[in-house]
Amino acid sequence: MFDTLKSRIYQGDQAIPDIEKAVIDEKFRGLPLIDRQSCSNCNECIDVCPTNAINQDISIDMGKCIFCGDCERKCPNNAIKFTNFHKISSTSRESLIIDSNTTQESFESIAVKSTKEIKKLFGKSLKLRQVSAGGCNGCEMELNACSNVNFDMGRFGIDITASPRHADGLIITGPVMENMAKALEDAYLSVPDPKIIILTGTCAISGGVFQKSDVLKRDFLEKYKVDLYIPGCPVHPLTVINGILDFLK
Amino acid sequence: MKWIISKNNQVISLNEIPVLGIDELRNEIIKQYKTDKRVVGFFGCAEYSNVRLYTILADDNKSELLISSVRFMAGEKSYPSITKDISAFQMFEREFYEEFGIEPVGHPWLKPVRYSKNRFDKTQKIENYPFFKMDGEEVHEVAVGPIHAGVIEPGHFRFMCNGEKVYHLEIQLGYQHRGTESLFENNNNFAPHLAESIAGDTVIGHAITYSNAVEALLNIKISDKAELIRVLALELERIAVHIGDLGAISNDIGYLMGNSVFGATRTLVINTLLSICGSRFGRGLIRVGGVAFDIDIELSEKISKTLDKVLKDVDKMTETMFSSASVLSRLEKTGTLSMEKAKMIGLVGIATRASGLSLDARADHSWGWYKKFSFDKEILESGDVFARTHIRYKEIKQSMNIIKELLNQIQDCKEDILLVKSKNQLLGNSMVVSMVEGWRGEAVHTALTNNEGQIFRYKIKDPSFNNWYGLALAVRNNGISDFPLCNKSFNLSYCGNDL
Repeated sequence: MFDTLKSRIYQGDQAIPDIEKAVIDEKFRGLPLIDRQSCSNCNECIDVCPTNAINQDISIDMGKCIFCGDCERKCPNNAIKFTNFHKISSTSRESLIIDSNTTQESFESIAVKSTKEIKKLFGKSLKLRQVSAGGCNGCEMELNACSNVNFDMGRFGIDITASPRHADGLIITGPVMENMAKALEDAYLSVPDPKIIILTGTCAISGGVFQKSDVLKRDFLEKYKVDLYIPGCPVHPLTVINGILDFLK
Repeated sequence: MKWIISKNNQVISLNEIPVLGIDELRNEIIKQYKTDKRVVGFFGCAEYSNVRLYTILADDNKSELLISSVRFMAGEKSYPSITKDISAFQMFEREFYEEFGIEPVGHPWLKPVRYSKNRFDKTQKIENYPFFKMDGEEVHEVAVGPIHAGVIEPGHFRFMCNGEKVYHLEIQLGYQHRGTESLFENNNNFAPHLAESIAGDTVIGHAITYSNAVEALLNIKISDKAELIRVLALELERIAVHIGDLGAISNDIGYLMGNSVFGATRTLVINTLLSICGSRFGRGLIRVGGVAFDIDIELSEKISKTLDKVLKDVDKMTETMFSSASVLSRLEKTGTLSMEKAKMIGLVGIATRASGLSLDARADHSWGWYKKFSFDKEILESGDVFARTHIRYKEIKQSMNIIKELLNQIQDCKEDILLVKSKNQLLGNSMVVSMVEGWRGEAVHTALTNNEGQIFRYKIKDPSFNNWYGLALAVRNNGISDFPLCNKSFNLSYCGNDL
C-alpha cells in the first residue's frame, strides 16, 4: 500500500496541462507546406509517393498522405516541408488538399467548421464507438493513448464506449474491406440518432497503402455522411483530441 | 537430395529446390521433426495449372533453413494430412487448403483461416463459419465480436462454457483481411510502407524483415551504422510494446496504478522513436538500403538519458506490482500453457519462452548486428500469465542492455552512409527467407522472384499465426472472466494473421 502511494507521489502529475497549446517534437511530420517557387517540376515527389497523394500540380492530399516524408527527402529543391503542426483535422474532404497557397493560418481558418447544432448536441459530452475495419493497430493504439494519463481525453467529456447503443457516433479506423463491411454498417445502424462519423487515419480516409487492394469495400463511406476527417499514419493523439475539440467548439 | 539447406537472408535459386512426391515430403517432415526442426513456412504457389507447395523448416540449433517442395498436378486435389502427425501444421495446412482447395485428408478441423480473397471456394462467407457445437444441460456458449468492447481490432471469439468455466474457445479470424500479400506481388516499387502496415504494433519488425529480404535479392550490404540503427529501433519497439503490455495487463486485473504508470512510461519510449524518425511507431525509418534517419551524438545522449529514467520507473513500478499479493493471485496459475503443448502446436516468441522453450530468432537465426553480439535468451517455465508478464519485464531490461551497447558502438561508425543506393535488379528465379524476432516473436517473410526479377509470391508469417491457437488452449478450464487477461498476456495481432 505504502509502495503504491510512493509510486503515485513519485510519478506526480503526468497530464499535458494545455492540450490546445501542446507542441510535438520538431521531427514530427504534420501539415506539409509547398514552396512552388523553388519547385523545378521534376516530378520526383510524385514518383516516390507510395500512395499517389501528390497531384500533378504539386498539391498534397493529406487524406492519402501517410506522412512518410519520402517526398521531402527526395525533392532536390526543398520545395516540400513537413511542419510539426499537428492540428490537421478537417470537416471537409477537400480542405485536406494542400496546395502552394496553403499556410498554417489559412489551413486552420478553413479546416474544421463546427455548427451550432453539433455544439448543442455533443459540446459537453461526446461518446464514441470505435470500429476498426482493417486498421493495422497503429491508429487503434493511438486512440487508446488518447485516454492514457498523458493525453486524458476524458477530461473534455470525450470517451470511447463499449457499445454502439451508448454512443453518439462512430470513430472508424482502417481501409474498410469486404470481411468487415457488414459489421461496420451494423454498428452504425445500432447507434441512436442523431449520430456522427469520424474517420481516423489515412487508411480510413482513402485506403492509404491499401488503396489498390482488391478487397476494399468502401460503399458504407459513400452511403453515409462523414463529419470529421483526422489524417495521420497513424494519427497522433494530439491531432485526434484537438480535431474533436475544434469540431465541438 | 531431399532438402536444400539455406540460411536466414540467403538467396537460393528456385531450380535448386528439390521437388519430392507428397508422401516422400510428408515422411521427410516427420523425420526432421524427430530431430527438433520446426515449420516456418508451408505455402502454395500457382504454377500454370499446377500448384507448387513449398515447405521451410527451421533448424534452430544450426541456424539453418531446410527447404523442399511438392508439385500438385491440376487433377490432384488431396493428400494425407501432416497435422495428424504434427499438430504444428494445423494452421499452415488450413491456409494452404483455403487458398488452393487441395485437401489435407484427415485434418482434425479443416476450418477457414481468413476468408481471403483468393480462397478457392468463394461460396464460403465469413458470416457462416462452421463453429463447433456443444450440448448438455449446463453448457452454454458466449459469442463475442467481431467488434469488441475496447479499442482493438476485430475478431470473433466463441466460448463453450460449463457455468463460468471455459471448455473450449474457438477463435474465428479473417475480418481484417486486406489482401496484403498480393500487394507486394508484381509491384515494381519497393514497399517498406506496406511492410510497416502488416501489423501496426510491429512496424520496425516487419519493415526490417521486408528490407532484409529485398536487400538479399538485390545483393547489397547496408552500412554498419544503418544496421546498428535498425537493431536499436527494433529493441526500442520491443521495450515500448512490452511496457505498454505491462500496463494493459495491470488494467485487466484492475490494478490501475500500474496501468497509469506503465502508460506514461511507454509514452517516453515511443516519443524517443519520434525524436529519431518523426513517428511514434518508427514509421519512415527503415528503407531498402538502410535507414532514413541518423542518430548523432546529441540524440544518442538523449536516448541514453531517457532510457535510464524509463528503466528506473519500470523497475520501481514492477517491484511494487510484483510484491502485491492481490496482483500475483490474479496472474499466477492463470491461463497456463505447458511446455509440451507449446512445443506441440509450434508456439513462438515471448509466449513460447514463457512456457520454457528456448526459441529466439535473434540468437537462433541472427542477422546483421546480432551476429556479433551474444546474449542469453530470457526463458521462464511456468507458462502462465505471470510468466508472460514477468518475461516482458526481463526482456525490457535485456533490450536496455542491447541499446546501451549499440549507443557505445554507434560513434565508431559515424562516418558511414545511411542509405546504400543500388542500381541492381532483384535476382531472378530465386527465393529468400527473412526472419526477424520482433517483440511478439519471429516474423518470417519469404519472397520468390520470376525470371524477370519480379516478386511473384510474397509469403508473410506473423508470429500471431502460430500463437492464436496457443491462446485458445491457455484459456481452457479457466474462468471466462479471465479471458481478457489471458488475451492481453499473449497480445496477438489480428491483421498479422488475416493479412
